[in-house]
Amino acid sequence: MGAAMETFYSVIRRQGITRRSFHKFCSLTATSLGLEPLAADRIANALETKPRVPVIWMHGLECTCCSESFIRSAHPLAKDAVLSMISLDYDDTIMAAAGHQAEAILKETRAKHKGQYILAVEGNPPLNEGGMFCIDGGKPFLEKLKMMADDAMAIIAWGACASWGCVQAAKPNPTQATPIDKVITNKPIIKVPGCPPIAEVMTGVITFITTFGKLPELDRHGRPKMFYSQRIHDKCYRRSHFDAGQFVEEWDDEAARKGYCLYKMGCKGPTTYNACSTVRWNGGVSFPIQSGHGCIGCSEDGFWDKGSFYDRLTNIKQFGIEKNADQIGVAAAAAVGAAVAVHAAMTAVKRLASKRADANQDR
Amino acid sequence: MRIQTPNGFKLDNSGKRIVVDPVTRIEGHMRLEVNVDANNVIRNAVSTGTMWRGIEVILKDRDPRDAWAFTERICGVCTGTHALTSVRAVENALGITIPENANSIRNLMQLALQVHDHVVHFYHLHALDWVDVVSALSADPRATSTLAQSISNWPLSSPGYFKDLQTRLKKFVESGQLGPFKNGYWGSKAYKLPPEANLMAVAHYLEALDFQKEIVKIHTIFGGKNPHPNWLVGGVPCPINVDGTGAVGAINMERLNLISSIIDRLIEFNEQVYLPDVAAIGSFYKDWLYGGGLSGKSVLTYGDVPEHANDYASKNLKLPRGAIINGNLSEVFPVDHANTDEIQEFVVHSWYKYPDETKGLHPWDGVTEPNYVLGPNAKGTKTAIEQLDEGGKYSWIKAPRWRGHAMEVGPLARWVVGYAQNKAEFKDPVDKFLKDLDLPLSALFSTLGRTAARALESVWAGRQMRYFQDKLVANIKAGDSSTANVDKWKPEGWPKEAKGFGFTEAPRGALAHWIKIKETKIDNYQCVVPTTWNGSPRDPKGNIGAFEASLIDTPMMNPEQPLEILRTIHSFDPCLACSTHVMSPDGRELASVKVR
Repeated sequence: MGAAMETFYSVIRRQGITRRSFHKFCSLTATSLGLEPLAADRIANALETKPRVPVIWMHGLECTCCSESFIRSAHPLAKDAVLSMISLDYDDTIMAAAGHQAEAILKETRAKHKGQYILAVEGNPPLNEGGMFCIDGGKPFLEKLKMMADDAMAIIAWGACASWGCVQAAKPNPTQATPIDKVITNKPIIKVPGCPPIAEVMTGVITFITTFGKLPELDRHGRPKMFYSQRIHDKCYRRSHFDAGQFVEEWDDEAARKGYCLYKMGCKGPTTYNACSTVRWNGGVSFPIQSGHGCIGCSEDGFWDKGSFYDRLTNIKQFGIEKNADQIGVAAAAAVGAAVAVHAAMTAVKRLASKRADANQDR
Repeated sequence: MRIQTPNGFKLDNSGKRIVVDPVTRIEGHMRLEVNVDANNVIRNAVSTGTMWRGIEVILKDRDPRDAWAFTERICGVCTGTHALTSVRAVENALGITIPENANSIRNLMQLALQVHDHVVHFYHLHALDWVDVVSALSADPRATSTLAQSISNWPLSSPGYFKDLQTRLKKFVESGQLGPFKNGYWGSKAYKLPPEANLMAVAHYLEALDFQKEIVKIHTIFGGKNPHPNWLVGGVPCPINVDGTGAVGAINMERLNLISSIIDRLIEFNEQVYLPDVAAIGSFYKDWLYGGGLSGKSVLTYGDVPEHANDYASKNLKLPRGAIINGNLSEVFPVDHANTDEIQEFVVHSWYKYPDETKGLHPWDGVTEPNYVLGPNAKGTKTAIEQLDEGGKYSWIKAPRWRGHAMEVGPLARWVVGYAQNKAEFKDPVDKFLKDLDLPLSALFSTLGRTAARALESVWAGRQMRYFQDKLVANIKAGDSSTANVDKWKPEGWPKEAKGFGFTEAPRGALAHWIKIKETKIDNYQCVVPTTWNGSPRDPKGNIGAFEASLIDTPMMNPEQPLEILRTIHSFDPCLACSTHVMSPDGRELASVKVR
């Protein structure tokens, strides 16, 4: 074994895709990315000759919701991603091997694929108690994480845990759970936040890398722009009700049954950057707002510590815009322009405020 | 050293020590150490939870209405069950009732989780303990087709189907990049299936991977996403509007139809793929009836799936409730979460500190202060453990006991209690399964029995989903569209102090949360979760927990390959992220590692 490495090209060929279609795919891909025509050939060449990219998927303090989300992917199917697009050589949650046989894979990967594998991290390391709030192979998880990061090509931080810290890092963060970019500083890290991230966003990020041989374009927080550059509110299908001042006032009231805006019920859509209102969840079936509950902002840094999930964003009095949401309700028609301005300003203020809070905390 | 535990197990730690760390194909982090004798039979077992997150301390002083979202993040595999337990605890403390529709919807979500979790557990976390993937390459596709058609009407069973699958598998293996199958125990004599059964099982591994994502769409419809759908104290967040203005923003006819079609498909998958597979695989492992552990002695189930809203009494619950001790199936004891003498947690062998560690504490009075020390006979250092000392502290999991007894929880516990209570819907399928395999009732108390109970329960849960879907529609038809009770939504009317508990049967077993509320905020929150019961370390009297008990006396084919250990431990479906407990609220300074 080991002689005949399977490439992406041979995989898709045996799945019945013709050579002609393959080249068409490469051209379209290049065009859709705004690359020059020659790029299509480079993409084709890479896909024809490269073995599947080894992926090492490690788990720190987490709840495994990211892995569970990943296997929900409808396009590509998780089955095809794992069998044909990447080589998932290590993942504690699904791998056949355990103990020594599992540990041996990590050693082999570092030796054989130095600088060529993707390290996908779900969860984060705790720093308290010498790191022993998360033990792996008798040692602190942190040690294993740093060892595997050293020889990785790039790192994917899956979910809110690896990206920001998530629930175990919520105040008072008893284990000192720490996002991975605070402990690994020598490698590119792609943050894919959410609790968990959307399945097709996860497979989208990973197949982008294997397909185009480069990392996706990231925003200043390290998130792929393609999925995290707009707020849920920007593309929410209930947005027209916000603009028209039509709000749910109480659970299961007439407005709730009509699908009005959940802003007054604490929806964090106006301050949350994610693709829920466009990609939606579980093959496009729904997303939180569509199913009647406000967004809890699970892809945002520190979302556990920003007050109750049911506090209206405007309840945060220092923003001084408590009145605006109610005025919108009264003067619906006049409010369209104002509402847009209000929530845009609010977002900006809120971001600044939370940054300041973080800074204070660090001190 | 040879000892006899009070709960009836002979332990001997004089033989060779084998360490499995990490234990994979589970949720979270776990370590196992066993001693084998000269014949490679396991004579001592030490199970260690190797992670701790402290979610309960994080809950202190928060809004009780938010607690479901925090506790839901205890586990993303059994997603939703902690949230349901949490909203029940808050409702119990504050005296909040929920509408009948909310009860049906919660049951549909909880049952969808049972089916999803059981299917994914069997195929993706457990099957590779029974199925040799590489052996499937030498199967005859035609004979595989004959085998498949002999056990089920499932349509994906033609020789061509299996041949295509085998070709794909062959190319995958020949690529040299084995991915998740790398370094598996392929070719071990501990695998007993013929190549054809292996090929059929691999086909269903992949089909189940495709299908599981459909099951959870029921969570997405009612809760907006999966994993981690949204819940609500006082009901469910999704309103019902079948034909009025804006019906597209609520549960309408299209949504009800989608739910219905998913239920039809999962019933079909359970009955034509999952259960027949377990029976077929079981028929080749009839001689391997190890792993019974506590299941024939002491089992505990809280019960779940209320027929009517707001009644959590035993006779209103469709999943059985009760405790059996000392293997006496003729007596099922009642269980009371509020009785401080019943459920207690001990820490003498856990990395926590109590003022008096000979005594246990009821969760309402639970304290947890981390105390990470190794026993005097441990090998290695505190941050590079080579071998643990089970005579000292050795796990991040506490040891819960029911009236002093170590208990097994989970599907097998539920089905044993249902069987003991002589309930036909539990007794008949067990009897039929055993009869088809020509096995006695005693065979139920084994690793195989645990795996079979889970499959039987998935079938049961699928049919219950049909029942509650019909009930939901009938209730809407009768004019009731209510999904939430907002009478006590606002904290203004809450009592100054309140306490309560909520319980469910998570896929992995009995789960309960205890809450104390003071001045509208959480004062104390404690969860005792299934893997705390099953994975518990020893208690002050030396009773061993369910994981440890299940491994005793199991022969290993090859001690270098922990296949038998994994097979039995996986049959519990361990969930280690659940071992979360509160620490001293003053947040004492702990040793910290430098990161740069």
